[in-house]
Amino acid sequence: MLATLEWHILWQRIFHPDHVFVLALWRTVYISVLAQLLGVVLGLIGAIMRMSRLLPLRLLSGLYVLVFRGTPLIVQIFFVYFGANLLFGLTLIPRTVNFGVFTMDGAAFAGIVALGLNEGAYMREIIRAGIDAVDKGQLEAARSLGMPYRLAMRRIILPQATRFIIPPLGNEFNSMMKNSSLVFFIGVTELFGDAEIRYSTTFKPVEYFLAVAFWYLVLTTVWSVIQAQIERKLAVSERGDELSFRERVFEAWAPVAAWGRGAR
Amino acid sequence: MTDATIMRAEDVVKRFGRLEVLKGVSLEVHSGETVCIIGPSGSGKTTFIRCINHLEKIDSGLIEVNGHLIGYRKQNGELVEDSEKNIAKQRCEIGMVFQRFNLFPHKTALENVIEAPVCVRKLPKGQAIQEGEVLLARVGLADKRDVYPGKLSGGQQQRVAIARALAMKPALMLFDEPTSALDPETIGEVLVAMEELAHAGMTMIVVTHEMGFAREAADRVVMMDEGSIIEEGTPEHFFVAPTHERTKQFLSKIL
Repeated sequence: MLATLEWHILWQRIFHPDHVFVLALWRTVYISVLAQLLGVVLGLIGAIMRMSRLLPLRLLSGLYVLVFRGTPLIVQIFFVYFGANLLFGLTLIPRTVNFGVFTMDGAAFAGIVALGLNEGAYMREIIRAGIDAVDKGQLEAARSLGMPYRLAMRRIILPQATRFIIPPLGNEFNSMMKNSSLVFFIGVTELFGDAEIRYSTTFKPVEYFLAVAFWYLVLTTVWSVIQAQIERKLAVSERGDELSFRERVFEAWAPVAAWGRGAR
Repeated sequence: MTDATIMRAEDVVKRFGRLEVLKGVSLEVHSGETVCIIGPSGSGKTTFIRCINHLEKIDSGLIEVNGHLIGYRKQNGELVEDSEKNIAKQRCEIGMVFQRFNLFPHKTALENVIEAPVCVRKLPKGQAIQEGEVLLARVGLADKRDVYPGKLSGGQQQRVAIARALAMKPALMLFDEPTSALDPETIGEVLVAMEELAHAGMTMIVVTHEMGFAREAADRVVMMDEGSIIEEGTPEHFFVAPTHERTKQFLSKIL
């Protein structure tokens, strides 16, 4: 069975990726990162609105989560890309978006907006839970020192909430990298799209999709290492005694240290 | 001791839903005085001092600190709740020490102390650090300046909390059962720091169960029960010849 696989295709896709593929990989990375950043910003705004004293802001925040968590992501992507232009009768999302210093493919831009909007709804819940998890005494202490609410939020509550937010945020970004493959359906040739196109011209689905699965795995693995580093950093800032990453690697690999542990 | 009134509470009423926790509490505290509030749990003493810096809203009556109305302002002869910004400004004059310390766990001892002076009072950082080090030395923790609260004992954390409150140069210090959450062996060091503060002339209101501290450091002791002040007097009066029946009962239980 395995002999029927054309291994050289797999080999070539993994070890000798061409520049078209590298570009597709880069698209997946920047779309995921930008969409996640947008999601965090929207989630933070949503979480703060939810705690507002003004009822309309609270309702708006609730409606946002209701809609974007309750409808399929692919529908939202289509809606942002095609619907925005149709509904408002003007071209909200042009073919290429000009940011002054650089330009971006309009579809990629729409994809980032849609993925970010969707992500924001989930991030709002995560950020809200993070803020709630900070001890109530912290806000009281900050206020008793004369800090107005906003300052207390920024200097005292949010930095502590970050520790509760980072682990689920990491999961979200992991999903984001995989979900970003959906933007292929509005014509963005990212990682998945690249594989799809190659397969449709060669009729070798298994080889191409196996290779693309490998590359997604690389992305998510790299991210999990980065995430672990961030989490360790945050934990250290509350203890202040941990060794740095380099020190730990050095400790673990130094021959003397290894010998000291009884290794040959 | 000067006679200037630092804190004046007049007929303060506070309700939680239908429950009336404070039933018209009036108290005056003068500059340099240390007043201990004692009483059984549920008597409203913690709620009362939380009203003094407006962590709790009051339902009627008024509270003044340093001549400023707390939490409310007069408008056409009526009291309306003050703006967030003004309330924050009023709180700068009132230091508070909590039962559970509430130190900022993501900041070192020194960072805890200089946080409010730098962010609220806009003190230059260098000067804030200098003052912060002096305050930490004063509570005997000069060597712990770069240590995170998680690495400090309860008593040490509470002394950092005292230094943090003092850093705002408050006119009045509130202590909400500052030793109730501590291990017995660390209570002493906190009480020493508080006594030192009292002798240095700080105006203090202390909710406490430490009768030894009340006897040593207090100028006046106030007994609260069921939301009212039922007896008030010097420590000598209190511990030698209390007049009120409830006070006698309470003291006999606790001493």
